[in-house]
Amino acid sequence: MSDFTPLSALIGGAFIGLAATGFVLLTGRVAGVSGIAAGLFSARGREFAWRAAFVAGLIIGAAIVVKATGIKLEVRSVASVPGLILAGLLVGFGARLGSGCTSGHGVCGIARLSPRSLVATGVFMATAAVVVFIVRHVMGLPTWP
Amino acid sequence: MAVILAALLCGALFGAGLAVSRMVDPAVILAFLDVAGDWNPTLAFVMAGALAAAAPGFWLARRRGHPALGGDMQVPTRRDIDARLVAGAVLFGLGWGLAGICPGPAIAGLATGARAFLVFVPALFAGFALYALYERLAARK
Repeated sequence: MSDFTPLSALIGGAFIGLAATGFVLLTGRVAGVSGIAAGLFSARGREFAWRAAFVAGLIIGAAIVVKATGIKLEVRSVASVPGLILAGLLVGFGARLGSGCTSGHGVCGIARLSPRSLVATGVFMATAAVVVFIVRHVMGLPTWP
Repeated sequence: MAVILAALLCGALFGAGLAVSRMVDPAVILAFLDVAGDWNPTLAFVMAGALAAAAPGFWLARRRGHPALGGDMQVPTRRDIDARLVAGAVLFGLGWGLAGICPGPAIAGLATGARAFLVFVPALFAGFALYALYERLAARK
């Protein structure tokens, strides 16, 4: 069990949870990234503006952490370009079909004990674990080719 | 205007949290999913921190019954488990397991300029668009 960083995980997690708390108390909405981002396609006017602001905020917040703290953010991705494209398509389509992703179901949904979110989170975590098992331990590869 | 500012600030706090907790590193995600390998429970601790901070918020929001900045509560109310929910979660899990990247970290990770996110994010939005197309075709039948 290497590369385990429990303290920064809890602190960063609390930031995410506080963001979800602030967002629902202020706007009455769930801070689900896939729903907010996908809505950019069809939303107009104010509806578009707050969605764009949230998405821009995600990037700005991460950028502030990099600039202000000097933390070097590691991005160790070994996936190939076709692998990343396939993964992006699956994640995007699946998040919409399943009404949420790791933030909407995994954080906001479980926080309010939604049965749909508990099931969705269990299913996508189990599915992803099976994929990782097959790629790493059955195929013996560092990543999907 | 207030809603836009709230979205910007909450988005920024969310993005900062994803960066601090190292969720923008696909290797950390894949190591959490790799239960048969060198397992890394970091993601579980991120979820624990997030749930501890979000659960009181949703409880309070429900009790208050209306958002501070006006309008109606838009928190989902459905409780039924249907095939779309499960199928969507399976497809999502397939992609998540392949790359170790999900929507929040992908977008926040653009701040790093890493190539993985520059490839993944357009594909993610293409996936959103494909779903919108699928929904429109399904509605026509």
